[in-house]
Amino acid sequence: MSPAPKLERRAAMATLLAGRGDDLLVVPGLGSTAWDLAAAGDNDRNFYLWGAMGGAAMIGLGLALAQPAKRVAVVAGDGEMLMGLGALATIGLQKPANLAIIVFDNGVYGETGMQPSHTQTGADLIGVAEACGIGTCLDVRDEAGLADLAGRLTCFSETLFARVQIAADDPPRVLPLRDGVALKQRFRAALGLDA
Amino acid sequence: MNASALPVWPDKLFDTFKRAGIRQVGYVPDAGHARLIDRCRADPDMRDVVLTTEEEGVALAAGAWLGGERAALLMQSSGVGNCINMLSLPRTCRFPMLMLITMRGEWEEFNPWQEPMGSIVEPVLKLCEAEIYRARTPDEVEGLAERAVQQAFGDERIVALILSQELIGKKVWTK
Repeated sequence: MSPAPKLERRAAMATLLAGRGDDLLVVPGLGSTAWDLAAAGDNDRNFYLWGAMGGAAMIGLGLALAQPAKRVAVVAGDGEMLMGLGALATIGLQKPANLAIIVFDNGVYGETGMQPSHTQTGADLIGVAEACGIGTCLDVRDEAGLADLAGRLTCFSETLFARVQIAADDPPRVLPLRDGVALKQRFRAALGLDA
Repeated sequence: MNASALPVWPDKLFDTFKRAGIRQVGYVPDAGHARLIDRCRADPDMRDVVLTTEEEGVALAAGAWLGGERAALLMQSSGVGNCINMLSLPRTCRFPMLMLITMRGEWEEFNPWQEPMGSIVEPVLKLCEAEIYRARTPDEVEGLAERAVQQAFGDERIVALILSQELIGKKVWTK
């Protein structure tokens, strides 16, 4: 039996966020996942990264601890997650009930010319997340798995890690706002905080 | 050493954190910060977050501020080097970034491997547009910490309070 065709990244992001309410805060990694998030529709509760590679999951942790009544989804590529792999150990220790780390794993560094990443033939990110003590670890391979994950994003109650196996394609870029101060201020304003 | 001989400046730092409303404290353990870490860990209103590398703490503090909480980051001088690229996050977005740095590689250092990073802590932080304060004696720690807090959170700046090796004391190498 041949493996199921991999998920398309833009459609996957749209599916995950289709039922999004105001209580979901989203932090993408830099690069392709930021373009995917922008393509799914801009939102003041998105904090797009244009740099700080390796920091997405930890921004999510600080945010999740500060906003326990909201849910936080970090959606990062495999390259971003690999650079901040230690964050999974830190998050596994803290166990925030309202933080989901979702990795769009295509096994390549898409922004830089599709060089193979460590996950293509070696590193198993789900194994790492499980070994770090993260409560729920999911391997999302198809539409049914994606729909399940989208449902969980509205109601999960322990730290969640998901690898979403996406195809290694490179859709046209959709560029979000890149003024960091403006992104920060509108995000805080959306939470009712002083800009 | 009896209890009365313990230095009080780590407790002054803790008091400053409490007055400032610090809620998240990220750290890579360091002997010079041990007392402060213990105080933070024992406080039910503070979340202590042990990190695998210091740059995680820069991202943590940015996330905390996005969510309306104040964070502080504790590290040894060697950790400053690990933070450099991640400091582009507070520089670009003007996140408050309060860093307390215990020095190695200067006064009476036994381990020469500490000197390369220790010797460039201040110039590197300056290049990262951090405001830098250095405490050399116990009685100036609290005042400088207050100033650092005001500047970090009031002006949304990267602020480093450097705690000199002379203040912390010599690491004892014989057991």
